[in-house]
Amino acid sequence: MTTTRDWLLSDRPASRRQAKLGQSYRTWLDFRTNALAFLGLLIVVALVLMAIFAPWLAPHDPLVGDLNHTRLLPPLTEGYWLGTDDQGRDILSRLIYGSRITLAVVALVAVIATPVGLLVGTTAGYFGGWVDTVLMRITDIVLAFPKLILALAFVAALGPGIENAIIAISITAWPPYARLARAETLTIRNSDFIAATKLQGASSLRIIWKHIVPLCMSSVIIRVTLDMAGIILTAAGLGFLGLGAQPPQPEWGAMIAGGRNFLVDYWWVAAMPGMAIFIVSLGFNLLGDGLRDVLDPKRQK
Amino acid sequence: MSLLEVENLRITFPTRTGPAEVVRGVNFTLGHERLAIVGESGSGKSQTGRAILGLTPQPGQATADRLSFDGTDLRSLSARNWRRLRGTRMSMVMQDPKFSLNPVMPVGKQLMEPLTTHGTPKREAKRRALEMLEAVQMRDPERVFRAYPHELSGGMGQRAMIAMMLVSEPDLLIADEPTSALDVTIQIEVLRILDRLVADRGMGLIFISHDLRLVSSFCDRVLVMYAGRVVEELNAADLHKAQHPYTQGLLNCLPQIDEDRHPLPTLDRDAAWAG
Amino acid sequence: MLKIENLEVSFDNGETVVNAVRGVSFDVKQGESYGIVGESGSGKSTVLRAICGMAPTTGGRILLDGKPLPDPRTPDFYRRVQMVFQDPYASLHPRHTIDSVLSEPLSIQRFDRRDQRIAQALDDVGLGQGFRFRYPHQLSGGQRQRVAVARALILEPQIILLDEPTSALDASIQAEVLNLLERLRSERGLTYVMVSHDLAVISHMCERLLVMEQGLAVEELTRADLRARRARTDYTTKLLKASAGYTATE
Repeated sequence: MTTTRDWLLSDRPASRRQAKLGQSYRTWLDFRTNALAFLGLLIVVALVLMAIFAPWLAPHDPLVGDLNHTRLLPPLTEGYWLGTDDQGRDILSRLIYGSRITLAVVALVAVIATPVGLLVGTTAGYFGGWVDTVLMRITDIVLAFPKLILALAFVAALGPGIENAIIAISITAWPPYARLARAETLTIRNSDFIAATKLQGASSLRIIWKHIVPLCMSSVIIRVTLDMAGIILTAAGLGFLGLGAQPPQPEWGAMIAGGRNFLVDYWWVAAMPGMAIFIVSLGFNLLGDGLRDVLDPKRQK
Repeated sequence: MSLLEVENLRITFPTRTGPAEVVRGVNFTLGHERLAIVGESGSGKSQTGRAILGLTPQPGQATADRLSFDGTDLRSLSARNWRRLRGTRMSMVMQDPKFSLNPVMPVGKQLMEPLTTHGTPKREAKRRALEMLEAVQMRDPERVFRAYPHELSGGMGQRAMIAMMLVSEPDLLIADEPTSALDVTIQIEVLRILDRLVADRGMGLIFISHDLRLVSSFCDRVLVMYAGRVVEELNAADLHKAQHPYTQGLLNCLPQIDEDRHPLPTLDRDAAWAG
Repeated sequence: MLKIENLEVSFDNGETVVNAVRGVSFDVKQGESYGIVGESGSGKSTVLRAICGMAPTTGGRILLDGKPLPDPRTPDFYRRVQMVFQDPYASLHPRHTIDSVLSEPLSIQRFDRRDQRIAQALDDVGLGQGFRFRYPHQLSGGQRQRVAVARALILEPQIILLDEPTSALDASIQAEVLNLLERLRSERGLTYVMVSHDLAVISHMCERLLVMEQGLAVEELTRADLRARRARTDYTTKLLKASAGYTATE
């Protein structure tokens, strides 16, 4: 073990791979000292594992319940630890399967919105002038749309469903990343190492892709992680309004909506998915804060 | 009587591999004179200056067997007494004026602040602020008084900051590379101002610098620091008689207009110097 | 080899126009080391950037081997002219290893034998192979500046523009880097144009120098002129006097 550690922390790495791994290991060591961030990471990892192994973890069928025997059982009932809902379905199983939907929303939004934001922001920042003006005005226009309302309009036009909800959220999610990437690019653009690269005859594309994007990446990743909680809440909000995932899909927001009707007598039906949303949002926020501490290039070494 | 006494000053910073001592047992006394602390980056010279003012950055720890300013023990000073002392009797000039002047407050107001917080009437404070701007060779003190820091050039900004640090007429000024960011011609003007304050008001000056040549022509005494220790203490006029190989090496490796030495002698660091 | 004729550079930031360089001419011979001295705002660094096509030239001509330089500069220009920047902490990409810093120009300019060239360049600047896969933050200021020199040399240029290459370094490190630059010049017959605020550094490194003040060329001197204090203008005299150290009176 010590030898691997020494190899990773070596001041004189002997290969590209060792240098990269060593760098990642140092970041990891930094990250590990932050207990809260580590808790956030654990929550997110647990969410991922839950989504992957849902069929093995869930004790019951998430979609079909026994209306005669297991309707609205309270939490801590034998075999139904988080209780059942009005259709007699096990809430724990539904939450476990619901994590797949939540994770899919989060992952797809991140995959769609982050590259768009990075591309628009770095291009605008690097070229400046009219390119900057045009791109940033478009960004401003999109930024002016209220997220939920645009998603509502979009879903209303294309029909309800989780896919449309994801597209709608992605469309409204990228402008903040573009702004951030542009601001970072403006500070990097005139630095000496970019000038040196220009002096080697590098094309603009190469400079943006190999030199500017890697530097903007960390702050954008941090921002995306911190936004995840908001994205989950928006998706849940759409689900709650009946415009996201459609029944009987076990989406957490839709589950809260289902439990709303009998909140007073059977509180757990709405409270359990609420807790799940709360814990996962918190996990992403803690993780984001931790990432900011270790990745932020402006942080004092 | 000496103004400042420092005995066995040590500063440590915790790191992943254990505590690192950046200043390791520095001793000196300062009278009403110009004392230079010279060294290369990482020698601990700036940390020494900050520790005297109780400004060791977190999570650093400064300890000393003796750290007294004009009879006051600085080691056990309360936060309140520190503020009183720093505003009025000791001051510090930093390298870059941009980081030390408040960008959203006119220069004059910043100059008056240390005076008015300690009970000087406003009109009196303004008079003294204007006087001080004149003393640092501002051509139009009234204009500078009303100006914001960004409206001043680098040299003017630096002089404005010196004025701010001196307006309360401190007994001790610690200047950390006060002129390194300035052009040579302006640098000398700023030094003349400091020089006059030492001569006229009997101020004690600690001048922290990397520039041996400048220091030898400006200061009375020189402490040469290397790896957290004072390796040599000399009268500035005797710098060419330096005994320690590090001091000699530092002096030799500077290019001179009148000399033709190719290649330049370089400094071979001896591990024993740090011991 | 490099000829600057009546160069003018002005920056237009919308409201005001700043004339950073106002008609500067000089001529650098092959194998020569030419210095430009001035204080901040003299436009000395802007001249170097204008040569590289990184500053808006509003007048005059820049000739390389008698031919005006095309705008924008061609890849061929970058193979012949390279630059070393002032601040070694700002001139290396913080997330790139030394290896990728040095292989970048080779892959842009499609050089062969990249591995050997990188190894050779590291040896040439006295760093050695142990540094190849380190990140800039694992290096000291002097080591970083050696990497910057290696990066400039790896394309085998004929002219190197040096923008205050040692002013951010400690005195002992400055001596090492200056020695390195001198050795490389004599080994490879390089031509230097060096900008500095330090007259002593320029007189050590350069045979001829130009004094600049507020965008104007004040006067051109040889090293011998400088040593004999044969300055024709008050400004140069003042600079010479100031660089000798502190004096209590004018």
